[in-house]
Amino acid sequence: MSFLIDSSIMITSQILFFGFGWLFFMRQLFKDYEVRQYVVQVIFSVTFAFSCTMFELIIFEILKVLNSSSRYFHWKMNLCVILLILVFMVPFYIGYFIVSNIRLLHRQRLLFSCLLWLTFMYFFWKLGDPFPILSPKHGILSIEQLISRVGVIGVTLMALLSGFGAVNCPYTYMSYFLRNVTDADILALERRLLQTMDMIISKKKRMAMTRRTMFQKGEVHNKPSGFWGMIKSVTTSAPGSENLTLIQQEVDALEELSRQLFLETADLYATKERIEYSKTFKGKYFNFLGYFFSIYCVWKIFMVKFWSQHISFILVGIIIVTSIRGLLITLTKFFYAISSSKSSNVIVLLLAQIMGMYFVSSVLLIRMSMPLEYRTIITEVLGELQFNFYHRWFDVIFLVSALSSILFLYLAHKQAPEKHMAP
Amino acid sequence: MKLKTLSSIPSSGWPTIPEQALTPGCGKMASLDRVKVLVLGDSGVGKSSLVHLLCQNQVLGNPSWTVGCSVDVRVHDYKEGTPEEKTYYIELWDVGGSVGSASSVKSTRAVFYNSVNGIILVHDLTNKKSSQNLYRWSLEALNRDLVPTGVLVTNGDYDREQFADNQIPLLVIGTKLDQIHEAKRHEVLTRTAFLAEDFNAEEINLDCTNPRYLAAGSSNAVKLSRFFDKVIEKRYFLREGNQIPGFSDRKRFGGGTLKSLHYD
Repeated sequence: MSFLIDSSIMITSQILFFGFGWLFFMRQLFKDYEVRQYVVQVIFSVTFAFSCTMFELIIFEILKVLNSSSRYFHWKMNLCVILLILVFMVPFYIGYFIVSNIRLLHRQRLLFSCLLWLTFMYFFWKLGDPFPILSPKHGILSIEQLISRVGVIGVTLMALLSGFGAVNCPYTYMSYFLRNVTDADILALERRLLQTMDMIISKKKRMAMTRRTMFQKGEVHNKPSGFWGMIKSVTTSAPGSENLTLIQQEVDALEELSRQLFLETADLYATKERIEYSKTFKGKYFNFLGYFFSIYCVWKIFMVKFWSQHISFILVGIIIVTSIRGLLITLTKFFYAISSSKSSNVIVLLLAQIMGMYFVSSVLLIRMSMPLEYRTIITEVLGELQFNFYHRWFDVIFLVSALSSILFLYLAHKQAPEKHMAP
Repeated sequence: MKLKTLSSIPSSGWPTIPEQALTPGCGKMASLDRVKVLVLGDSGVGKSSLVHLLCQNQVLGNPSWTVGCSVDVRVHDYKEGTPEEKTYYIELWDVGGSVGSASSVKSTRAVFYNSVNGIILVHDLTNKKSSQNLYRWSLEALNRDLVPTGVLVTNGDYDREQFADNQIPLLVIGTKLDQIHEAKRHEVLTRTAFLAEDFNAEEINLDCTNPRYLAAGSSNAVKLSRFFDKVIEKRYFLREGNQIPGFSDRKRFGGGTLKSLHYD
């Protein structure tokens, strides 16, 4: 009886998470695009729902809500479903949508997407070999095999992102690093941009006029197309068309310059906004939170024992919430930056895959932050994984990522001021 | 709104030029006047292909991401075929990006919206969101001088009054017409007709990979020509001697607002 009540509670919460994922997809990710394939939206929401359910189960574990046997059952079921989605469904659909975009392979979409999926499975399996993840006595296609590999990918991802984030966050907000951007700097750069555009325009005017006079005289400047076109252009080349190609090269160089100037101007505007934001109350608040959590993470690296389990529980909860929020924000920004109307389906599915792997590995790693008595459920469900390996692996990748981010930002910072001081 | 049958139209895309227009003065490049026309729309609708088609009469072979702004020039004969015929340069400024860009990108884009004489709004006929976003695009371009922080004052809501006193001629172009099935064509074209009416603008629907839609003498080519003539008229002829400020210099860093001046 209690099992039924517990199950209905779980299912209700899952439906709620599903709805939230659906809304997030529609309002945030896809607000500039039209959803033509509802499969994508459903997959994304389902992945999100099951990922959030895992965190919910951790919290229930700590709070001792629900019957422990029903908790165990739901853990197992949730894990199976998530692995099914992450290893079978999402990769298959990613392959399917990639193949649909390529015109040549359109006819035999299913065949090629199956081939792509098999290739993915091969590399996914090979991933387990170099790592001492689990003992060889487990058979193929057991949960431990799949989770261990998903865990490796997810943990690497998390460590890379955390390392970069830990270095980038103070760099972005600390006023020591913020270059002082004045309005005059921005105006000067804009003036250069407009001058470059004017130069491009005057060259294009010459080209347009030349083309027009050539057309009137009966010569037609066509780009050499096909075999005969190329032969013809070698033997008969009017002086007008040679002129055109010369000017076209100059225009290409100027257009590249205008793109650079545009990006630099956008960068200056962004810096200016960050300066203004850091002076506001909200900016200072987030800055403080960032410092607090960086210190907490550094503390963890040295494995200091907690002195109160209530505080540890609250911190675990906060970590969960902020990491979900942070991940969603990062995914949204990334999505806006690189998607177009053609590739939006593929990118959303990739994001769903990354999100699922990220959440699964969060569960693996959060075991580290939990007090000993609560770790048993995770150990029970996930089986004989070498958890220590994951923790060490996270630390290693975190350090590597943080150091390379420091190097990268140092180089970028050094290079930037000279560019803007040039007249 | 139907496409004319194209059997009677010559295959060359270039408009025919009457002989008397080729006076020596016309050939000199520096003496030609210019007008500036913005080409706005969501990313991926086909603005770059459209501009390439309008200016070079060829289909763009390898469309790629537009970063910043790319410009091209079209030579246009104002009042073609009449004694007052004159040749002008039309600069087509193809501004890249999306409506939901970061505010720093929007502030940078705003530098291209200076002294604009005409706007072409491009949307994708297969994507309804791109048509809806046209309202936000036009507001972004027309409300430039209310933008110290890059935030649209009206929140993207369409306000017919703002378009009623707008002096800048608009043209709405729908692309990827070939990807609409015959059965849905009527419904799509009705929707776009309403859209063009909201902007008080003409509309053209075409496929940028096929030059025959803009062949000389077709109704599309006539509408295009009329639009460019209107732009040139507003710029050079309606206020003889009076310098029209268009949209005067923005006060971006001072915070003051300037309303567009009304002319009867």
